[in-house]
Amino acid sequence: MSLIHEIDYGTPRSTSETMVTLTIDGETLTVPEGTSVMRAAMEMGTEIPKLCATDMVDAYGSCRLCLVEIEGRAGTPASCTTPVMPGMVVKTQTERLKRLRKGVMELYISDHPLDCLTCAANGDCELQDMAGAVGLRDVRYGHEGQNHPNPGLDESNPYFTYDPSKCIVCSRCVRACEEVQGTFALTIAGRGFDSVVSPGMEESFLGSECVSCGACVQACPTATLTEKSVISIGQPEHSVVTTCAYCGVGCTFKAEMRGNELVRMVPWKDGKANRGHSCVKGRFAWGYASHKERILNPMIRASISEPWREVTWEEAIAHTASEFKRIQAKYGRLAVGGITSSRCTNEETFLVQKLIRGGFGNNNVDTCARVCHSPTGYGLSQTYGTSAGTQDFDSVEHSDVILLIGANPTDAHPVFGSRMKKRLREGAKLIVVDPRRIDLVRTPHVEAAHHLPLRPGTNVAVLTAMAHVVVTEGLADEAFVRERCDWDEFQDWATFVADPRHSPEAIEAVTGVPAAELRAAARLYATGGNGAIYYGLGVTEHSQGSTTVMAIANLAMATGNIGRPGVGVNPLRGQNNVQGSCDMGSFPHEFSGYRHVSGDETRALFEALWGVPLDSEPGLRIPNMLDAAVDGQFKGLYVQGEDILQSDPDTRHVAAGLAAMECVVVQDLFLNETANYAHVFLPGSTFLEKDGTFTNAERRIQRVRKVMPSRSGKADWEITIDLANALGFPMNYAHPSEIMDEIAQLTPTFTGVSYAKLEAEGSVQWPCNEKAPHGTPVMHVDGFVRGKGRFMVTEYVATDERTGPRFPLLLTTGRILSQYNVGAQTRRTENVVWHEEDRLEMHPHDAEQRGIHDGQWVKLASRSGETSLRALITERLAPGVVYTTFHHPGTQANVVTTDYSDWATNCPEYKVTAVQVSASNGPTAWQKDYDEQARHSRRIAPHVEAAE
Amino acid sequence: MSSEGSATSEKLVYMANQIGKFFASQGADQAPAAIAEHLRKFWDPRMRAGILAHLESGGADLDPLVRQAVESLRATTAAR
Repeated sequence: MSLIHEIDYGTPRSTSETMVTLTIDGETLTVPEGTSVMRAAMEMGTEIPKLCATDMVDAYGSCRLCLVEIEGRAGTPASCTTPVMPGMVVKTQTERLKRLRKGVMELYISDHPLDCLTCAANGDCELQDMAGAVGLRDVRYGHEGQNHPNPGLDESNPYFTYDPSKCIVCSRCVRACEEVQGTFALTIAGRGFDSVVSPGMEESFLGSECVSCGACVQACPTATLTEKSVISIGQPEHSVVTTCAYCGVGCTFKAEMRGNELVRMVPWKDGKANRGHSCVKGRFAWGYASHKERILNPMIRASISEPWREVTWEEAIAHTASEFKRIQAKYGRLAVGGITSSRCTNEETFLVQKLIRGGFGNNNVDTCARVCHSPTGYGLSQTYGTSAGTQDFDSVEHSDVILLIGANPTDAHPVFGSRMKKRLREGAKLIVVDPRRIDLVRTPHVEAAHHLPLRPGTNVAVLTAMAHVVVTEGLADEAFVRERCDWDEFQDWATFVADPRHSPEAIEAVTGVPAAELRAAARLYATGGNGAIYYGLGVTEHSQGSTTVMAIANLAMATGNIGRPGVGVNPLRGQNNVQGSCDMGSFPHEFSGYRHVSGDETRALFEALWGVPLDSEPGLRIPNMLDAAVDGQFKGLYVQGEDILQSDPDTRHVAAGLAAMECVVVQDLFLNETANYAHVFLPGSTFLEKDGTFTNAERRIQRVRKVMPSRSGKADWEITIDLANALGFPMNYAHPSEIMDEIAQLTPTFTGVSYAKLEAEGSVQWPCNEKAPHGTPVMHVDGFVRGKGRFMVTEYVATDERTGPRFPLLLTTGRILSQYNVGAQTRRTENVVWHEEDRLEMHPHDAEQRGIHDGQWVKLASRSGETSLRALITERLAPGVVYTTFHHPGTQANVVTTDYSDWATNCPEYKVTAVQVSASNGPTAWQKDYDEQARHSRRIAPHVEAAE
Repeated sequence: MSSEGSATSEKLVYMANQIGKFFASQGADQAPAAIAEHLRKFWDPRMRAGILAHLESGGADLDPLVRQAVESLRATTAAR
């Protein structure tokens, strides 16, 4: 292994299909029109010296190092800003060019500290490289001149430093922040020699609008912006390409290593999901892997009131198997189950559901998608015939109108959010349907054409009203519908939505959305060109989550926005492998590939390979498991990499369910909140410590590669194998690739997937099979998977969670950029500097009515429970709506949420809880009790050596 | 619903009626079969047994279409 050096072509690739032939240094080559001379030269292997150019941003032409000579043209133009022309004859190396470049380098070096030997960038410095490339041997201006202005080292960002003295004012960082990230946090302040990079209005990096995505650090050619990990460890010596374990975007990174120590994560340009970009989590927040709170030894205890006892792997596995056997013997086959992890790999998830179906002998398996995108699976399978989004991420580059519903991609899917912002800056129109004024409503150089700030819980009413406008104003794409959809069902649906009771005017009082604005938004989506819908948990986490997904699918079909790049229905999946965990058969009613367990033919296929009879009845879903536990019918649970006590709704009910069980097994990195109720703890491995695959929100299957040994001694898939074998259900795999081979053998949409294929192609999007050997970037191109697209009637049914005098406000929950899900990983990184606690956002009007000021402790109470946290007064929310995150167990926001859920899938209604907010002195008695109980539960007995 | 609730009849009835409200738009002819099919595909046997037991004890609070669905579920369960 060695360090992967990606070729920097200097300027971005041209997508033109018109080709241009030219000559460079006597060689003839043909490149797409719009390609720069610099890039063309690099494509034939000639690297023209450069400093301000890099292919992650557009050409700038400021450093004057990349000069070339072109026959018939005067002067020496910059090759980065000069596009190729037919017949052009270019020389990249002449005596004049050498002299000019050397002169330029002399000027740069005269203004640069010559501390190369002790500089963190030593060995990875483009300035140093270019000095060598141009043959710089002397600096006529001497080395004692004044270095670049140095207002002082800025170490405020936890992950990188800013050293202005090393800045060459190439503006690569400024342009990366603008063009790649789209935040516009950086600028060049001052003029001439006084020019320096400035975050915001000469603020510190931490105090500015910088979102710490790392694009500026990546773009910097010197040590001006440097990872603190590089400063402390040194330059990496080898790298391994792997996939990020945060969020459903699935960014590909080079894990740059020194021995077994991770030095830094650098986004990989060839990553098809992220195209070389990253966010603060994937780029920097990996320190949790070596956090002191990580548990590295298996532990057991007889009851949750006892301290943990560290044991060997053998004892832990034998004890767990014995307990599950005992419980099944005493309470029956159906008394146990398990939860697969959307943070673990496809192979690990597949094995857990295999263990439950084959080893436990029932279908009591579920996954965290239950509480996020299960309505997506149901809604899209009913309408289109497949349980996944329709597009690849590249599709957004072809969108003309983006309809964003209940999603906040700049916080929750930041790298895709940046790609979306780029398209919006290019002119695409944006419609935001969200109770909150999310950043995308108005952010630098982006402003939504329409923001529909609907009342939480009224998604179906809003979308049906949009459909009403489409149908009654004759905006439907009848030709598409006639060809691709069931015409009779369309007519029934059209009659339904055309009913005046669904008009924007009729539902305005319910939704709070001005009718004229809604009509304009519907017209824009239907007539504005390629219309793409992106949505998130603001759609699914409602009692009508599945209905909303169907309403979205209807709208896309009715307007013909399906089956080509730029359009489609795109669920932004939450966790890194939540798509994969669903694909792998984690739902209690489905085998891998979304085939119902009652299908005799499918079941026979699995039974033949696994050698055991399988249950034909659906199993329990997570909330049903907890209900059954409270009822005394469900006694044992194997939880891999989930923290249901913190993430699932109605914390008290979850706790009651867990407390009623006799054996709860938690397999995780840390003693999470669920582990407070566990009897067995099996230490898991991070994504850095194992091989496997993740599947992202665009159905893209990507390799996860082991970059360091497992700190606990076993990868998660190995633990499941041990458990299965101890239960008498043999599993024998030497490597996850063998598990993938079994998945491919059993799953029609994966038959073409193998590790060899992934090595060869980098990644593939399922379906990947005989019909689509290279995968399927866009689905439903020639027809829907189910045949004819199916319109579903979507009657709005108000949630039963109602506001009233006791609970007059509506709470909605979500996440923030720097934290991830329950925070188990990100809370154990420096990301806490951006979000050290959950805050309750509320409108100034609501705050004033209650005498609450910014930063004050408030009590948040619902019919389910109450908690206290500090207030954040903001106009991002409409009056009457409050918002918080659920990243911190100290807050336990889910003690407030209810157990109302989606009618079809039981996905909890996190997004609508009637609450009251009042002033408070600090944490509630419940929070204090919970904290005490958690401390008590996490005790680990001192290790006692056995007597000789 | 009570936050301390469990898989009691009350909760099952609530969930079944929720399902019924969606399929009601398919009309009285088709809705009961669609509701029953949903219960068969997504509810585990214990939950189905629970709603059948509730029907046996009078089926209080089941919406009419849902009651029909549960009755048809009872018929097919008995036939098996």
